[in-house]
Amino acid sequence: MSVIRFDGVSHRYGERRVLEGIQLELTEHRIGIVGANGSGKSTLARMINGLVEPTAGTVTVDELDVRRQGKEVRRRVGFIFTDPDNQIVMPTVGEDVAFTLRRSGLTKEQIAARVEETLARFGLAGHAEHPAHLLSGGQKQLLALAAVMVAEPSVLVADEPTTLLDARNSRMVAGLLSNLGQQVVVVTHDLALLTEFDRVIVIEDGLVAADDTPAAAIAFYRALLG
Amino acid sequence: MIGLYLPGRSLVHRMSAGAKLASLAVALILLVLLDHPWQMGVAALVAAGLYVLARVPWRAALGQLRPLLWILIIVAGLQLLFADWQKAVMVTGVMLISAALAGLLTLTTPVPAILDLCQRMLRPLQRFGVNPDRVGLAMALTIRCIPLMAGIVKDVTEARKARGVTGWRGSIIALAAPAVVRALRAADALGEALIARGADD
Ligand SMILES: Nc1ncnc2c1ncn2[C@@H]1O[C@H](COP(=O)(O)OP(=O)(O)OP(=O)(O)O)[C@@H](O)[C@H]1O
Ligand SMILES: [Mg+2]
Repeated sequence: MSVIRFDGVSHRYGERRVLEGIQLELTEHRIGIVGANGSGKSTLARMINGLVEPTAGTVTVDELDVRRQGKEVRRRVGFIFTDPDNQIVMPTVGEDVAFTLRRSGLTKEQIAARVEETLARFGLAGHAEHPAHLLSGGQKQLLALAAVMVAEPSVLVADEPTTLLDARNSRMVAGLLSNLGQQVVVVTHDLALLTEFDRVIVIEDGLVAADDTPAAAIAFYRALLG
Repeated sequence: MIGLYLPGRSLVHRMSAGAKLASLAVALILLVLLDHPWQMGVAALVAAGLYVLARVPWRAALGQLRPLLWILIIVAGLQLLFADWQKAVMVTGVMLISAALAGLLTLTTPVPAILDLCQRMLRPLQRFGVNPDRVGLAMALTIRCIPLMAGIVKDVTEARKARGVTGWRGSIIALAAPAVVRALRAADALGEALIARGADD
């Protein structure tokens, strides 16, 4: 597993303080992040691959500073967003997954083989030539996941990956996420997704309010919500 | 019209993107050099024959030409009014057949192949500061934005109906404002996703 370290991290949007003095070392396999709307979860998650830079403190992934070595970090850290429509770039399913590998130095045949294999792994076998925008919401999220995982990142960060999905698709995506060999950091409001996780962090108002086993952290969070 | 690639194994599909583009250029030049309606008829038959050869379903073929319909009717009408039927056939024929042939190229060539070709053709411009990779990516994104925008407009139209917005003026503003906001937000999110996917390397 990688070592993701937040050292005295704060973030402000203008005057507004969104995260304050975050101190965390994430080394577990599966880590969940929960918290109320606007508590700062997405900001925290985006910092892991440098999409948001801390206004104070440092974030490192395996000793790489996300601010100074953003590209190297992003090669290690895959990221999936809530709305898969926003991360599909190419017209067809297969082309979109291949897009990730276009600078990999692999030959066309090797890329095709990897794409095929990855699509099968994420339940999209036989969809390579399908127009990506015609997939169902659940399939689009699977495509987003396949397109990120084909590059074999060592960490996957997902910001509310199941929020737009129905119960069945949401379970399927959750199942795939839980079974990845890679380290995963998942921001979610779907507490059931986290029961098998190794560690759950509760963010409240820009601070770490709890950091514990899923059972303990979720109980704390439920009490917090009242 | 763009991004409607129909996979297949026909001769037309297997031709390289470069060969197809070169043939298209030659065909367009020949087309404007024609000067008899019967020649235009032959050209139309050849174009239709290529569609048959590529095994394009007739629905998809007509779909390529539908956006042109009104323009063709207007142009033909003007020609009939101010010139003669021969002229009308020649002018609309050139438009119709060139659109059909260009459409055949997009129907039978995967977008990445077209992008690769454009990138290769742009390579000589590299020394003037053109980055072919960037241009290719921009083209891919432009193509990608068509279904994305269509989806946004559809959502907004439905939301507007659900709220009972009617009438022309109310309708245009109620459509444009949220659609623009959503489009800008989508563009932002897409940019972020591109960075996350390593497109800035
Ligand atoms: N680009 C931005 N500019 C200004 N303020 C922002 C920006 N992004 C987020 N914020 C603010 O920062 C705070 C934390 O946002 P963040 O997106 O991290 O919350 P979150 O915990 O992910 O919430 P949610 O559960 O709703 O996704 C919010 O109050 C939000 O309004
Ligand atoms: Mg969020």
